[in-house]
Amino acid sequence: MAFILALVIWLICIALTIPFVLKTWWMPDPITDHARAVDAQMALTFVVTGVIFVIAHLALGYAVMKFGRKRSGPADYNTGNERWEVLWTAAATVLFIGLTFMGYTVWAEARFADAQSQPSAGERVVVEVTAQQFVWNMRYAGADGKFGSLNVNLIDDSLGNPLGLDRGQPDGKDDVIVPRMTVPINKEIEVILRTKDVLHNFFIPELRLKLDTVPGIEGRLRFKPDKVGTYEIACSELCGLGHYKMRSFMDVVEQADYDSWLQEQYSFLQ
Amino acid sequence: MTEVAEYVEVHRHPEPTSFISKWIFSIDHKVIGIQYILLAIVAVFIGMGLSLLVRLRLVWPEKSFAILGDLFPIGAPDGVMTPEFYLAMLTMHGTVMVFMVLTTAPQGGFGNYFLPIQIGAADMAFPRLNMLSFWTTFLSFCALMVAFLVEGGAPISGWTAYPPLSALNAAAMEGTGQDWWIISIALFCIASLLGALNFIVTTLELRAKGLTMMRLPLTVWTWFVTAILGLLAFGVLLAAGILLLLDRNLGTSFFIPGGLVVNDQLVNHSGGSPILWQHLFWFFGHPEVYIAILPGMGVTSHVLATFARKTVFGYKAMVYAILAIGGLGFVVWGHHMFMSGMSPYSAFVFSVLTMCIGVPSAIKTFNWIGTLWGGKIRFTTPMLYAIGFVSLFVTGGLSGIFLGQPTVDLWFHDTYFVVAHFHLIMGVAAIFGMFSGLTFWFPKMFGRFMSEGLGRIHFWLTFIGVYAIFGPMHYLGMIPHPRRYAETTGVDFLAAGGANEIQYFITIAAMITITAQFLFLFNFLWSLFKGKVCTEDNPWEATTLEWAIPSPPPHDNFAGKIPTVYRGAYDFSLPNAKRDFAMQCNSDEMVFPRSSGD
Amino acid sequence: MATTLTPPLAADGVKHEETQPSVGGGGFPPPARPRDGGGDGSDRPDPVAQAVFRYKLGTWVGIAGIVMVFAAFTSALVVRSGLSGDWVAVELPRVLWLSTALLLISSLTIEKAKRLLRRGVGVRQWLTVTLGFGVLFIGSQWFGWRALAERGIYVSSNPGSSFFYLLTAAHAVHILGGILALSYAVIRVWRPGVWVTRQAAVEATAIYWHFMDALWVYLLLLLMFWR
Repeated sequence: MAFILALVIWLICIALTIPFVLKTWWMPDPITDHARAVDAQMALTFVVTGVIFVIAHLALGYAVMKFGRKRSGPADYNTGNERWEVLWTAAATVLFIGLTFMGYTVWAEARFADAQSQPSAGERVVVEVTAQQFVWNMRYAGADGKFGSLNVNLIDDSLGNPLGLDRGQPDGKDDVIVPRMTVPINKEIEVILRTKDVLHNFFIPELRLKLDTVPGIEGRLRFKPDKVGTYEIACSELCGLGHYKMRSFMDVVEQADYDSWLQEQYSFLQ
Repeated sequence: MTEVAEYVEVHRHPEPTSFISKWIFSIDHKVIGIQYILLAIVAVFIGMGLSLLVRLRLVWPEKSFAILGDLFPIGAPDGVMTPEFYLAMLTMHGTVMVFMVLTTAPQGGFGNYFLPIQIGAADMAFPRLNMLSFWTTFLSFCALMVAFLVEGGAPISGWTAYPPLSALNAAAMEGTGQDWWIISIALFCIASLLGALNFIVTTLELRAKGLTMMRLPLTVWTWFVTAILGLLAFGVLLAAGILLLLDRNLGTSFFIPGGLVVNDQLVNHSGGSPILWQHLFWFFGHPEVYIAILPGMGVTSHVLATFARKTVFGYKAMVYAILAIGGLGFVVWGHHMFMSGMSPYSAFVFSVLTMCIGVPSAIKTFNWIGTLWGGKIRFTTPMLYAIGFVSLFVTGGLSGIFLGQPTVDLWFHDTYFVVAHFHLIMGVAAIFGMFSGLTFWFPKMFGRFMSEGLGRIHFWLTFIGVYAIFGPMHYLGMIPHPRRYAETTGVDFLAAGGANEIQYFITIAAMITITAQFLFLFNFLWSLFKGKVCTEDNPWEATTLEWAIPSPPPHDNFAGKIPTVYRGAYDFSLPNAKRDFAMQCNSDEMVFPRSSGD
Repeated sequence: MATTLTPPLAADGVKHEETQPSVGGGGFPPPARPRDGGGDGSDRPDPVAQAVFRYKLGTWVGIAGIVMVFAAFTSALVVRSGLSGDWVAVELPRVLWLSTALLLISSLTIEKAKRLLRRGVGVRQWLTVTLGFGVLFIGSQWFGWRALAERGIYVSSNPGSSFFYLLTAAHAVHILGGILALSYAVIRVWRPGVWVTRQAAVEATAIYWHFMDALWVYLLLLLMFWR
């Protein structure tokens, strides 16, 4: 019994660890520096927890095997050992708290709209993403760089005005509203997150970015993609019966393609 | 027994004679404990059935199950489960398991039965209140079941019931299912508050002579700390539930902001905040995790020491770790909300505090291994479950290190990695604690042993089974598979990443593991009537007070004579002693061993 | 019986624990003489005092639970009032001052009943008077709600009024619980029975009733000054 139990514990430990080491199922390739920083922190966390995981299971299995065998005489009398207690308390503290300190800025940088490092309006692309059950609406400010004002009373999905945009107003005339996001490569993108109804979550795996769209609150994310491609946007917060199919795409394209895409959108508006 | 050297005579309550006062509206803590355990067994099989439906729908979204079409003509027309039916099953699975199983059995069940006995009391401090707690819990369970039956069916907003989805019928579905859910939770909160009050006063006031706090069995420590957590946490959930109920029914706007448009209709609410619900809910929700798992930790320590024939390694460190986990549990709720727009400053504070919980958890883990180290292990079924608990606790705990860091949580938040994490640590580990406790105390409770053979088969199937279910969920998190998706077809990267194969594997594993649970049920029921009779008071050669009285215990536990306690809870294998255990009420073994370490 | 509004938990229940040497954990050398544990220890050899203390401790622990409910409501109020700029503080109906006076006086009358407990005379009368004040308080609150409703202010009118109705109603429910406890205490005092239950009933109810009083004053101040 002792040997089998130890063996099973070790086998489970190995079976759980191997796919992580081999990266059998793994994250898609990152497309921003932020995503690479997340991956680095992820790798570090995997190493730290992996080592603890393996040590704990090795020790558990070993204890079960060694002290589960028939032995003569009573068990050891040992009420504890302060030196060991201090050792593993200190080790756990240093490792766990250390991890937090090493990783915390990565996420903060993606979240903070730090005024000083922010590029001027012309240099970044602002996309307003409005979630609703179970669709994503992407809005671009248009040539004037200004978003038109929205009015909830004008909202009418069937008339093609899901956001309630006031087209009569000068700022709103050239706003582009599309179901799919297109952004240029190597440019700072700012996403403003809104929702019309319930909580949703804007998640693009390749960006390693995720943020709830909270009713009544605007969220902001910034990123700078450096790889052309099509990336899926998935909803990551339970939003109702269509949650599982609430998705859209982000196309990262060359600047020239982006410009012509935008021109095309303007021509539709005419 | 010769071990009980000194008694204090106490006033005895007369034993009830009628069936109703003895088994239904009983004020005997032992009967109430069994009632809680039976309720939890009923609930756990319902919850498991729901999880099976969830698994089936995930893998075969279009398959027709004829029986479902008959049972749920609206949720599963022609036997094909709709996405909203999937969400309803998922919501109810979470709610039934978290509240009706993980909160009732470890605390209300085993705690009720054994806390008074282990501290040498004839009953809880307030026996009638105890009865009221159980029956309120039962009402709460009934209210939850009503949610299945009302028009519109069970709620679909998850066990966390985040508004506005839970607050606006237009966004979810018409009907009163969510209201029944809230009523059930509110009743449950009241029941738990009453229970917590009883546990706290009992532990503080009714301990036998000589039983100082630092001599308490670790089970009592965990029940005591769990009761404190319950006392401080359930009131907050109660308040939040009332606010949500008002938002749903009386037109208030605590959680619903203005300007929402659902299905092209402007919602007639303004000014509330969905985040407020999340704060209130998780202020309760995080301590709730420890309410579920702490008693399991106590049972594990207790059983490991008993069957390793060793005193608990670092008893004091274990007590401090329990207190630290309980205390920290109240200041980390924010880590559930990293992705809901929280300021990175607050997130950092919550993250550091969360990681701090890793420290007492590590202390406990290594102390458990230290307890086994140098022992003389007896592989009884309760011991197997306890060792399984340690493994599951390590695995489930370490994934928390990922989720506690906002940067890494960016990837894992709301994916199956989270599902794996909390199922292993608060679900399966806690249930292993219950398996261990039930098999360990079964001879004491019913005077018969559970079958060791069946118990072993069940252990192996379940131990490997739960790893086969929840281990691969970590890989789903890497793909990343968002949770609460009714099927894998909606998003392209799931199938491309291999989600279908893993989900299929998990469903098969779940079906096998669920089948194995009927083995346990059979073992329980069979042993109740046909199990090997336990004639001894102390079949396991354990040390705590419950083993100093007959099995099953008499009506008022100590037959009017409360023992005096002379020593700590885990005096095993004392050097130079006649036997390898010395019971707490034993004054004979006056040996002074060499101090080792402390 | 000495009146005490400080938690006996700090004064009595835990303190004697801390003063004991913390020897005797798992596997420590057993002491030669048994130490005192909790309730049955030698600190309170009197079983009556012990039982009374148990009920009082239970009341204090229960109060801690109730405090958490109202703490949650308070934090919700603080957060909600800071949002959206739609907060309208409710102008409190005047009759609330009557309520307050009734409850404050009832605190005095129950205190009187408690102090008479040892002599055993007049307890029932003073408890009944307290009970009357409790019922009058509920009546007075009812007029308060009516007064607001007549002004056209309902639960859903604005967040301020939502919280007003919520907090006053939640408090009233707890007062109803107190009225039940008082009724029980009156019956216990009236009928000849076990002395323990009688003293415990009165003293525990008194603690609860004082707490209801303090809670009301807190809620009143919160509703008055949080704008």
